[in-house]
Amino acid sequence: MIETTSADKPLPVGSAGKRSGGWWGMVALIVTEASLFGYLLFTYFYLASQTEQHWPPEGLPSLLIPGVNTLILLTSSLFVWASECYLRFRQPRWSLAFMTMATVLGACFVLIQLSEWHKKPYDMTSHLYGSLYFTITGFHLLHVLVGLVILMLLLIWIALGYFDHRQYAAVTVGGLYWHFVDMVWLFVFSTLYLLPYL
Amino acid sequence: MNDSGLRCRHCAAVGSAFFSMVSAAMLSSAAEAETEAAPLNYFLHSYGPASTPTMYLGWVFAAIAVAVFLIIALLLAGALFRKRAVDEPASIGRDNQGMRWIYIGTGVSTCILFALAVYVLITLNTISRPARTPALTVTVTGYDWWWKVEYEDNDPARRFVTANEIHIPIGLPVLVKLKSADVIHAFWVPMLAGKTQMIPGQANEQWLEAEVEGIYRGQCTQYCGLQHAHMGFEVVAQSPADFRAWQDEQRRAVIPASAADAVAGQHFFIERCAGCHSVRGIGAAGAHAPDLTHLNSRRLIAAGLLTNTPEHQVEWIMHVQKLKPGDRMPGFELSSSEIAALSAFLSTLN
Amino acid sequence: MKDAVESTPEPRLSRVPEVGSAPIGSAAEMRLAEIWESAPGWRGWLSTVDHKEIGLRYLVTAFIFLLMGGIEALIMRLQLARPEQTLLTPEQYNQLFTMHGVTMIFLYSLPVLSGFSNYLWPLMLGSRDMAFPRLNALSYWLFLFAGIFLYASFPLGEGPNAGWFNYVPFTGLEFNTGPNIDVYALGMVLLGISTTVGAINFIVTLFRMRAPGMSIDKVPILVWGTLTASVANVFAVPSASLAFFLLWLDRNASTHFFDAINGGKPMLWQHLFWMFGHPWVYAVVLPAMGIVSDALPTFCRRPLVGYSAVALSTMATMLLGFGVWIHHMFATGLPTLALSFFGATSMVISIPSAVAVFAWIATIWLGRPVFSTPFLFFAGFVLLFVVGGLSGVMTAAVPFDFQLNETYFVVAHLHYVLLGINVFPVVGGIYYWFPKFFGRMMNETWGKWSFWVMFIGFNLGFFPMHLAGLLGMPRRIYTYAPNMGWNTVNLITSIGSFIFASGILIFLVNLVISLRRGALAAQNPWDASTLEWAIPSPPPPYNFAVIPLIASRHPLWEDRLDEGERRSSLLEGYLLMQGRETLGTTPLDAKPDVILKMPDDSYTPFFLGLASTLAFAGLLLDWRQFTLLMTLAAGLALTVWMWPRTSLAQRVPRREPMREKNHD
Repeated sequence: MIETTSADKPLPVGSAGKRSGGWWGMVALIVTEASLFGYLLFTYFYLASQTEQHWPPEGLPSLLIPGVNTLILLTSSLFVWASECYLRFRQPRWSLAFMTMATVLGACFVLIQLSEWHKKPYDMTSHLYGSLYFTITGFHLLHVLVGLVILMLLLIWIALGYFDHRQYAAVTVGGLYWHFVDMVWLFVFSTLYLLPYL
Repeated sequence: MNDSGLRCRHCAAVGSAFFSMVSAAMLSSAAEAETEAAPLNYFLHSYGPASTPTMYLGWVFAAIAVAVFLIIALLLAGALFRKRAVDEPASIGRDNQGMRWIYIGTGVSTCILFALAVYVLITLNTISRPARTPALTVTVTGYDWWWKVEYEDNDPARRFVTANEIHIPIGLPVLVKLKSADVIHAFWVPMLAGKTQMIPGQANEQWLEAEVEGIYRGQCTQYCGLQHAHMGFEVVAQSPADFRAWQDEQRRAVIPASAADAVAGQHFFIERCAGCHSVRGIGAAGAHAPDLTHLNSRRLIAAGLLTNTPEHQVEWIMHVQKLKPGDRMPGFELSSSEIAALSAFLSTLN
Repeated sequence: MKDAVESTPEPRLSRVPEVGSAPIGSAAEMRLAEIWESAPGWRGWLSTVDHKEIGLRYLVTAFIFLLMGGIEALIMRLQLARPEQTLLTPEQYNQLFTMHGVTMIFLYSLPVLSGFSNYLWPLMLGSRDMAFPRLNALSYWLFLFAGIFLYASFPLGEGPNAGWFNYVPFTGLEFNTGPNIDVYALGMVLLGISTTVGAINFIVTLFRMRAPGMSIDKVPILVWGTLTASVANVFAVPSASLAFFLLWLDRNASTHFFDAINGGKPMLWQHLFWMFGHPWVYAVVLPAMGIVSDALPTFCRRPLVGYSAVALSTMATMLLGFGVWIHHMFATGLPTLALSFFGATSMVISIPSAVAVFAWIATIWLGRPVFSTPFLFFAGFVLLFVVGGLSGVMTAAVPFDFQLNETYFVVAHLHYVLLGINVFPVVGGIYYWFPKFFGRMMNETWGKWSFWVMFIGFNLGFFPMHLAGLLGMPRRIYTYAPNMGWNTVNLITSIGSFIFASGILIFLVNLVISLRRGALAAQNPWDASTLEWAIPSPPPPYNFAVIPLIASRHPLWEDRLDEGERRSSLLEGYLLMQGRETLGTTPLDAKPDVILKMPDDSYTPFFLGLASTLAFAGLLLDWRQFTLLMTLAAGLALTVWMWPRTSLAQRVPRREPMREKNHD
């Protein structure tokens, strides 16, 4: 016989926040992407520990601009979070504004990072450190770019009025990716910029 | 056995009998007919303290593996063919039975594995370094597809280089430093020691020692390209006196040729061969191919492919790309007079 | 019931799932069939997201790769049958053994298991599809395209030629100038995407898509195996993808990761590759072991002995599997301490395997074995598993491995593992589930012949390889001298390999004939206990007319097992038929949690897969604009895919915001 304990309880339908398949899928994607960065940093530490070269070859990195850039990226994460909250508060205009801010800050991060690249006196072919530096930051930048595309899509969808206080799973899921991209930067930043000071 | 047995029960019995017969037959035929000749048979033969503990370890492991296999096979056979009470055809056996199998089976396996692990660690410790400090250091560099052998000495004048044949004195541990000039190779003289990879940019080493005079075959065991199959060498273990004599002989530079055809051959060699090969004493200093200074003191040529006879030398020079396709040494189209001259010159490289 | 639905404030976003039954031929059942059916013809073929269709495609494609890899092996065995043969040039031999390894390890062994899992998971779990049907389709298309990509240069004589583990610096630009290695590197990154998205799909499916009541301790072992393998892949595949990508950068962008002259380390490759490689080896056997753990009990007429122990041992194997990669690198000059540690873990990892072996033997012992073809394969597998396990313990013994490493002993070991633990369960699994797949039985006489020929041929072919290894024969040599003592063993191996191949041929003939003329199969021809046998053979497009309610591990044996009063409800359950719907449940207890809207058939996975593959082809050929264009196309396909849809309840329907404002 059928158990009726749960059968008469209404269930949410479709994509509902953490109940949506997409949220679970994104978590799994983040796990695998985090592993990717883990192996990338393993590569860095393995080669750095074995090298006989001066490390980093150009002396200690300057922290000012990368530090500011880190703050910019983290702030944009806050805005994405705020955007999601304001959808829930039934204030889609604010949500839209916050998402715009997040996207702009994300774009700023990319531009500053590109100018950092430009300032380096070496490139990825110059020496081992150069290969590592540009590959690791390049990997991250690629993820930021993908994240930016996601933020822009979310922006468009919010602007089109696709989401309201009950249906905003895409913002949760997409936002999760952006938070991940920002968290990973903290590891990359610590490895490439802070650790040489130790 | 239950005589209601399906045909496949007989098949199973026949199959397993066949299987054990085949393996027994293969073991005996292979072991008796061929292994005596098998120059890399480390499982049955070991001639030095770096490999003998491993050989015994191998026997213990093999014996235990065979025993465990037989026990499991018997259990499986018992499980398959044991007599059973006739039961209701549609009935289903009870769950939550039989955990004892897992407890006992896993428990026993764990104990065996633990004992084996201890044995492994002890053996590893035994063979990881020689009992005495090695008196002799040889640097072996892997090339596509041959071996450069450098005998080190504190006095630079006493150092010398040879190829594809390593002489060692018996009864003394020898330190072998391993390098690679191109890709990863692996240095392996199975009857004397296990293998170690030769990795570019990395200084590896191992040691070996022969207790008995003899010739021990070595082989590259890391896939390294087209002629990985033909990258062999030999270790010649000699009495200390013979070894010293060999060393003194190797240190000597050759005396430039004097006979007319040998002189022509020497010119030809300088012109055509010295870009890669070196011969001390005549100004041939190529560094891409085996040193040929005392070519005729070696038993084999072409990294173990051919015995070292004048005919084989000529055949090698003429047909290298047929004998060892893809070898770094190009094939040469030589006239018969050139061959004769070169051959005469090579015959002076004692 | 109807009242309840209408009383909910917004039925579109929340409703009480309808409970009822939908017997075959009822209006409800016909409506379900209509909802879930794919379009006929090529449109449906390109756009289907049905896990059964995708599962079969995986199986067929993987089998084609198995045959290709097998033919490569037979050619190599001809070359090695006698010493100093000249059938093949060294380069041909090297490409053959490389493609043989790549094909068998990457294009056959995991995909074939993904095929089983794709087909069977939703049926075993009582769901109507996988968690992400479109991702499932993408995973298949990428697998197919990556397979073609990896083979693209082989007919031109420029195939990968450095062995499947592809050690640098031999694979660096200096020693390997052709496109061979670039094809391998890019192909593997592409295949890695397929594997990863496939793995994510399995993980989410397990945690979300089980029928209500099927708590985590009630899922079949195959599900545990594939879950464990998928989790491992999620962590491990990035390592290989990164290694291959860095190698590609070294070759094409002059970076220095593996370049010893400029401070790079060839050993980095070995670490990255084996940190991936070893978990992968377990990923390609654990689901196959799961097949046996699930199917063997059916033929023993009793439940598996030690379900929890086997499930836990599956996970323990994988966990330990991440800590043994160094045992592929014992001969690289690492410190003795590291060797001791990894040697010990490599021996410990055989303990969970022992658990499984004794569980299987106990199941047979305590059961009443029925000697049908699938059972022969599973029982034979147990024996081969033991041989492969024991030779594995021998190679784990560090000093002995200094000798065994890179000899034919290792070749013998890995073939006992991969053929014994993968191919035998897979073929047995096909005999077992064939009636479910196609509604027809396979022929038993031919089946038994195929087993015995395969089993004898296999042992005849691969057992002597152990001896060749003990006689010192290195692997990957294209020929050998007659005086090395390897002549007899090699001849026997070659003969055995052809006998084994004829066994496979008998199996394939049986398969083709049974497909057309096999006896019609009932719903549950083997009287098995799991959920996939509770629905018609072949299953209807919607799988379950109603989502069943599960009370035990053996829903179809409950009456005969006499365990407690609880009974699963298979004919009455959740109807869920407002479009493609299935039930999402809570991760551990499987309590109803959400009504999931499932996507319709879609072309986007195909186009996304195609565009990604072409982008990789552009990278290979250095057509930059083309690559950029294809990347944009892929991005576009993804955008279309992700665009929120009303039908999936991902967005507010058109014009609804207006109404809602009025409500507020």
